[in-house]
Amino acid sequence: MRVRNVQSRGQEIELQMTPMIDIVFQLLIFFIMTFKIASPEGDFNIKMPLAAPSQGIPEPDQLPPIKVRLTARSSGALNQIKFGNRGLGRDFGRLRRAVIDMLGDEPGPSVLENTEVELDCDYQLRYEYVIEAITAVSGYVDEEGRIIKLVEKIKFAPPRRPG
Amino acid sequence: MRYAIQRGAPLAKAEMTPMIDMTFQLIAFFMVVVNFSEADQNERIKLPLSELAKPPETALETPITLQLTDEGTVLFGAQEVTVAQLPAELLREKQVLEATGRKTAREATIVIRADRAAMTGEVQEVIEICQKTGFEKFALRAKQEST
Repeated sequence: MRVRNVQSRGQEIELQMTPMIDIVFQLLIFFIMTFKIASPEGDFNIKMPLAAPSQGIPEPDQLPPIKVRLTARSSGALNQIKFGNRGLGRDFGRLRRAVIDMLGDEPGPSVLENTEVELDCDYQLRYEYVIEAITAVSGYVDEEGRIIKLVEKIKFAPPRRPG
Repeated sequence: MRYAIQRGAPLAKAEMTPMIDMTFQLIAFFMVVVNFSEADQNERIKLPLSELAKPPETALETPITLQLTDEGTVLFGAQEVTVAQLPAELLREKQVLEATGRKTAREATIVIRADRAAMTGEVQEVIEICQKTGFEKFALRAKQEST
């Protein structure tokens, strides 16, 4: 079959670029405007069943929880960290060292699994200090950038309601 | 001034192809990185920072996000409720969960995105309300600290 499509005097067909470029720029501007740099977020898991103050018989190999008390000034700023009965000032690094000292140098997984930290915080304490405390007890990043895990079982003491 | 119009000279054309290539590249890039999940990431909430807050490797099962502002209100879904109104809302959520998803409240995870200036007591109140409704698993969300 022969197709006679060679028009001897035909004009060259030009592609209309302008509308396409218009739309493409519209799209580009839309995506630039909606672009938002979101820094990554992570979670600290907390398991708290309903029987909040553990009333029943504790599991046999469950050690009593490490009590960490955070007191606050009336403004909500951190006043003092207490590890058991020991005051640690306002330094979360000391809290981390205290946890490491208590667990030993290289705690096995069984020790970590059976250790629990109970956070007892003043009502008006700013929440960021709680996260700092959880960070301090749950692990640290060593010089090579690896995450060394410490205690991951964390619970809260009942809230201290004012008045 | 006079210009001589050259007859028969070829028409000068702008090269469109490289520009369109680049523009499509840019569009593709922005389409890939665009983040539409802003419903559960309110900008009012300034999350506390933590060096250990790494994004989870597997997505949470049935997450329910509660966002606590520094004023003590809770952003739940699209609405803003007070802590006192929260139990009714959570109960409805639990019923929906159990009616549709064959999931119990115990399997769902409550993701708490609290502002860094929020009061700890209020966070604990919210946790307590969730416990009374029947939820057990909680995740406190923090922003990864740039090291």
